[in-house]
Amino acid sequence: MATDTKTTGDAAPAAKGTTLLEARGVTMRFGGLTAVNNVDLTVSSGEIVGLIGPNGAGKTTFFNCLTGLYIPTEGQVTYKGTVLPPKPFKVTAAGIARTFQNIRLFSNMTVLENVLVGRHTRTKEGLWSAILRGPGFHRAEAVSREKAMELLDFVGLADKAEHLSRNLPYGEQRKLEIARALASEPGLLLLDEPTAGMNPQETRATEELVFAIRDRGIAVLVIEHDMRFIFNLCDRVSVLVQGQKLVEGTSQVVQSDERVIAAYLGTPFEGEPGEAEAAEVEAAEAGAKEEGK
Amino acid sequence: MSTQTTSPAERTALLPVIPPNVARATATAGGVLTAASAFLAWTWTSAFPGDLTISGYPGGLQVLTLVAGVLTALFGLASYGVRGTRWLAPAGANGPVLLLALGALGTTWYTLLAISAELGGLANWEPGAWFAAIASVLAVVGALGLPFDEKAAASLGAPAPGATPLQQAWHTVRLALAPRPLRAAKRVPAYQEILIIVGILGLGLLVFTYGIGTAYGELFVGFLILAAFGVAAASKAGLLARASEITSRYRGVTMAGAFVAAALFPFTQTDDQYATVGVNILIFATVALGLNIVVGLAGLLDLGYVAFLGVGAYAAALVSGATASSIGVHFPFWAAVLTGAVASMVFGVAIGAPTLRLRGDYLAIVTLGFGEIFRIAVNNMDGKSGPDVTNGSNGIPNIPDVNIFGLDLGATHDIGGFTLGRFANYYLLMLLITAIVVLVFSRSGDSRIGRAWVAIREDETAALAMGINGFKVKLIAFALGASLAGLAGTVQAHVQYTVVPDPYQFAGPVPPNSAFLLAAVVLGGMGTISGPLLGAALLYLIPYKLQFMQDYQLLLFGVALVVLMRLRPEGMIASRRQKLEFHEDDEELLGPDPVAATGTEDSVGLSKAGA
Ligand SMILES: Nc1ncnc2c1ncn2[C@@H]1O[C@H](COP(=O)(O)OP(=O)(O)O)[C@@H](O)[C@H]1O
Ligand SMILES: [Mg+2]
Repeated sequence: MATDTKTTGDAAPAAKGTTLLEARGVTMRFGGLTAVNNVDLTVSSGEIVGLIGPNGAGKTTFFNCLTGLYIPTEGQVTYKGTVLPPKPFKVTAAGIARTFQNIRLFSNMTVLENVLVGRHTRTKEGLWSAILRGPGFHRAEAVSREKAMELLDFVGLADKAEHLSRNLPYGEQRKLEIARALASEPGLLLLDEPTAGMNPQETRATEELVFAIRDRGIAVLVIEHDMRFIFNLCDRVSVLVQGQKLVEGTSQVVQSDERVIAAYLGTPFEGEPGEAEAAEVEAAEAGAKEEGK
Repeated sequence: MSTQTTSPAERTALLPVIPPNVARATATAGGVLTAASAFLAWTWTSAFPGDLTISGYPGGLQVLTLVAGVLTALFGLASYGVRGTRWLAPAGANGPVLLLALGALGTTWYTLLAISAELGGLANWEPGAWFAAIASVLAVVGALGLPFDEKAAASLGAPAPGATPLQQAWHTVRLALAPRPLRAAKRVPAYQEILIIVGILGLGLLVFTYGIGTAYGELFVGFLILAAFGVAAASKAGLLARASEITSRYRGVTMAGAFVAAALFPFTQTDDQYATVGVNILIFATVALGLNIVVGLAGLLDLGYVAFLGVGAYAAALVSGATASSIGVHFPFWAAVLTGAVASMVFGVAIGAPTLRLRGDYLAIVTLGFGEIFRIAVNNMDGKSGPDVTNGSNGIPNIPDVNIFGLDLGATHDIGGFTLGRFANYYLLMLLITAIVVLVFSRSGDSRIGRAWVAIREDETAALAMGINGFKVKLIAFALGASLAGLAGTVQAHVQYTVVPDPYQFAGPVPPNSAFLLAAVVLGGMGTISGPLLGAALLYLIPYKLQFMQDYQLLLFGVALVVLMRLRPEGMIASRRQKLEFHEDDEELLGPDPVAATGTEDSVGLSKAGA
């Protein structure tokens, strides 16, 4: 178990293109409401895939279905060829880690402790080991601390390791959530609106961070409303509208798809392309983000 | 001069009419005079306990007045910056002088009022009493005139613009007491630091021994008043911060030293009377610390925890060769201890396994029910209404004393000139169990499993998504807590000779019961080691010493709980985490940091929405 990073880290880029995550016909109903309707999605190793769609489209619900927080009404999710068990902690152990749209840090733990909690599945020291404190315990703690500090360094929070996580500014809390997720040594990272509430500089920095994560051999599936962010970043973008997948393709394909524009703006524009349209899109995005809060 | 017209920010002292020099002199002299008054006769008859009729040396409550007066005078000198006293107040002496003067006023006036109430009127005051009354008021008046410390005031800031008059007044009081930001302490050689630790522990033992040994209720009340103001003064003076700086540098030494100091307690006693109190406090405190794993670390509300103590006690009683035992075996002590701990653990798993899968309040309800079921079941397993296992309401009497390696703990032993009676022996045995529980608490808390507990407490959904098997981890906490209580129960059974079902109830006048255990944890400080120990000691001693208020005990207890939760929600001892958690609105009152404020609001608001 402890060598998982090594294997995913080295093997993934070599095997670029192998399917990691495969969701087939995922449907989630809450009573009469079908939040996710028959969605297929694959993520291959080395990829950054975007998932966009207006508010309430079912993106977060889809994430919850992937990570075992919800058990999909229909459909199947496999990771590296095996069906994922419907328990969040088993999904994490299998190699999928996530962040939350509404930051969910352990707010009264320190930054370092948050990341150490992320390493839970990759360590196995139990109660007896903690009480008896043999050499194995100290070694495992030291390794965990070292890896956690390395991750904090990676996201740029190393100097805040001893701060309480609730005292971090918003942007840094998002980074910490990413570090905590990375601590479980995932093969696939799910990011739910990682730049929500960030200013433009922070958003650019997050973009760099996501590329750096991909370069570590970790595939990324990201939900985002910031279109520039998504189209810069993603190899492939999938559009979800009212629980259904509308389009999937490269940034260019999705960007120019009229149905996508319609979904975001309500009515298609006619005869008034160019600057004005771009401004409208921006405004709509901003509105959508406000609603999301 | 009225509070409304003068804004608190412009005020320089609580009583600015007195020039600072005069105020300082008055406070210091008031302290000296208060101390001196303790040597006078305060009343004419020795009918008031402690015999306060003798001029020449202090008796009973006068000792407390003496101590308070001396401390006030010493801190008064420190506020002058007199060489040799400056170390007393690294964070400024003015606030501590006020607190100590108030402490002196409190103990002195409490004594004087008790004299007039018990003996019938002010006529029972000798001139010495009047002298003491005036001297202690003088010290307080002087202390009120001491100027606010500028650096301290700067670190506290101004009140928020929209503060109500009440909030402004409160801010002014805080201003008067605010400690100056501490500068880094000068490092002294390691052996000196260890000597300081020894000194702190010695002082702790002295105060604790004095408190336990207070012979009558009045003395105990006076002691509590002085202790409360003394601790507050030490905290505002920066002494507590300095002390915790040093002790955290030598954690192992401090822990070992604390146990040595606690082990010295029976050697300070001449008879077994207070060793009984000591061993009962230890049992209570140890169980509270076990509960702190469940409640404080893992965040599981257990309202029937005392039942696990009962399971341990009954299991030990049944296998220790008591004549009424339905089993009729006589295990050696270590085996009885294991039996008790394992039996409790089995019950813990049996209760926890079905309920810990649920979230929220279900666990509280189920454990509350289990606690009652245990007591009622034990009451009924008497061979008449049920199988004959526990001997019903008569309990299991005549549990033989523990015999360890041929050492009979029931007998009196002489060690190096000290005589240790039966309860002193059990005190030392129980201290060993306490040490084990402290060790288990601190080690498990600071480990992978302990972090998982706290993560579950903080946000269960996020913890699950981080790969923590919530059910398993919670069950471990629950079972560990149960077996630690069982461990304490095995000793309790032997100490008491007899186990009966009734004490193992949800709430009652005598601790430990589930409500008091929970209160010891919450009042003392959740998630800390010393908090529940201190909380348990106080919650045991207060009803024990103040038998006269037995009828109102639960009422007063409730009031105290409400007041403390309002003023200090993190408990008497704050864990590193909670200190930052609870006192955020204080900062907000003083103009919030915009970034931090929006950050918290967002995350709070959003986390309610759920993932
Ligand atoms: N636990 C739930 N119970 C009922 N309805 C839910 C639940 N979770 C989400 N929904 C509904 O599912 C729809 C999709 O929500 P969500 O996945 O959060 O959208 P998005 O993340 O795309 O903005 C919304 O209409 C929402 O109200
Ligand atoms: Mg969402």
